[in-house]
Amino acid sequence: MRIGSAKQSYAADAALFDSVTQQRWALAGGGLLLLFPFVASEYWLYLACLVAINIASTMGLNILTGYTGLVSLGQAAFMGLGAYTTAILQLRYGTPMLLNLLGGGIVAMAAGVLVGLPSLRVKGLYLAIATIAAGVIAHFVFSHFSQLTGGTAGLSVPPAMIFGQQLDTSFRLYWVIVPITGLLLLGAANLFRTRIGRAFIAIRDRDISAEVLGIPLLRYKLLSFAISSFYAGVAGGLFAYFFRAVTPESFPLLMSIFFLAAVIVGGMGTVLGSVLGAVFMTLVPELLKLVVSALPLSGNATLILSPVRTIVFGALIVLFLIFEPLGLAEMWRRTRRTFHLWPFRT
Amino acid sequence: MDWWLLFEITLAGVGTGGLYALTGLAFVLIYKATRVVNIAIGEMLMIGAYVFFSFAAGLALPIWLAVPGALLVSAAFGAVVERTLIRPMLGESPISSFMVTVGLASMLVGLVELVWSADQQRLPEFLPAKHIVIGQAFVSPKIFYGFWIAVLLITAVLLLFRYWRGGVALRATAADQAAAYSVGINVPRVFSMTWMAAAAIAGVAGIVVGSIGGLSSVMGVFGLSVLVVVIFGGLDSVAGALVGGVIVGVIEALAGFYIGGEYKLLATFSLLVLILMIRPYGLFGTHEIERL
Repeated sequence: MRIGSAKQSYAADAALFDSVTQQRWALAGGGLLLLFPFVASEYWLYLACLVAINIASTMGLNILTGYTGLVSLGQAAFMGLGAYTTAILQLRYGTPMLLNLLGGGIVAMAAGVLVGLPSLRVKGLYLAIATIAAGVIAHFVFSHFSQLTGGTAGLSVPPAMIFGQQLDTSFRLYWVIVPITGLLLLGAANLFRTRIGRAFIAIRDRDISAEVLGIPLLRYKLLSFAISSFYAGVAGGLFAYFFRAVTPESFPLLMSIFFLAAVIVGGMGTVLGSVLGAVFMTLVPELLKLVVSALPLSGNATLILSPVRTIVFGALIVLFLIFEPLGLAEMWRRTRRTFHLWPFRT
Repeated sequence: MDWWLLFEITLAGVGTGGLYALTGLAFVLIYKATRVVNIAIGEMLMIGAYVFFSFAAGLALPIWLAVPGALLVSAAFGAVVERTLIRPMLGESPISSFMVTVGLASMLVGLVELVWSADQQRLPEFLPAKHIVIGQAFVSPKIFYGFWIAVLLITAVLLLFRYWRGGVALRATAADQAAAYSVGINVPRVFSMTWMAAAAIAGVAGIVVGSIGGLSSVMGVFGLSVLVVVIFGGLDSVAGALVGGVIVGVIEALAGFYIGGEYKLLATFSLLVLILMIRPYGLFGTHEIERL
């Protein structure tokens, strides 16, 4: 709670940005995002698009895992479904981009409901392992229904067209990917101001108590799965347009672990955490690339890069869980509090 | 239908199943004692295999020295993991400790690639190479001896748990931690011991698996099947791990032969989905009753 921001109406109390300072920061952030593509190089734009796609998917997983307490290791599979649906719609029917993305989201959503069905009986880690099964089965479908999915070779997607513009560079894609991610984030932030979002949180805290309070568990758990996989599906669709190729190997189990790691590192159950986690986890490998190439290693720098990346990835998960279980969002909150209360200390 | 062929494939499946059961046993040990779902079991197995590889091929030690050496290193490694990663997570939610093992798995894969490179390696041959013939069915000698190693080790471990003081302490801890404390059992030491034992058992499994299929940094995939095994049998049931191991091994072998190699993992995981739908706590697992 910010000092000196007394609320005089319920609407003000429930507002998304509940203080003038926050509104200013949000405006400044939006302005920066608008300016960014004009000053950044192609490489940074590429990274920005990648980060935005990852943010969308991480946000989806955070709704499921962070807010509803259902651990899933199938996020990559849902992304894959979205990506394939988008690619197939684009290739076969040539429907407009936004419609394809929506289609990808809806197909992933249907699959999410299907995978979520056991979630009433299967809880916690059993559920996590059951969602690994979803990943395995999805991989199988992608590589064996070759008439539709192009088999192991996958599909290559033509550049998206929107308002007569061909989206073939990161600069152009940025103007589609970032607003869509922004919309998804806004949707998620608003979701938790509604009855549905609060029901999710009640289920996370104790599902049996939630049921006693009158929350139909199956309906809300399935709803959580549906929303989460919709996010993944849309992110997958963006992925298809961004990389312009979709193969069964594009969505491995490791990718699901990546998203779960981003949720943990960022902070479970916060919108800000999804953003911070996805940004952090996407940029750390790039940072490592810089560090390793700067080290005085004789020629085999690229050789050790990949194992070092894997180790750092694992170490980040472990270190955050042990030392900062609430993630980057909590670090951010602490820093902010320090400034608010300065010169006093918490 | 060629019945001898079916018999042969089933035997091969039972052989692999023995290894699944052995690794599943290591998994169940950890789960029973510390309530940690250890997804890094496949990677721990890989570490055992690679350490053995270093001893047997790198240092050219004789087999009778390399195997105990590798097991010792594995056990020490298990102890280190328990003290540094698992102990701080005591009392945290099961999901957190699960994610710690996910991180551990990733770290181990990276470590293996860094130290031994990502290329495939071959273990020196140490099992007799003569083909085994049962009736008209051929069994690969490696799978045959691997199976018997697994059976021996499983029996030894089960006997230890039944009669040895430490084993009784472990069972007491698994049954009720607070009660175990109050009768004077050093519970944290039981935790360390369990992780050491499990890492050593996984190390044996790793040596056998490595000598059958070769070493690589993706050996941990073996752990995915083991995960299905223990879910199938029930996370906290030793008997479940044994039965589940053999059943999953046979199903994989049959699916791999009659439908096609790429259907192996699909068959295993379909089985997993099926069992989760019918008996979410596995064949022999305890059905935990939740209270408010």
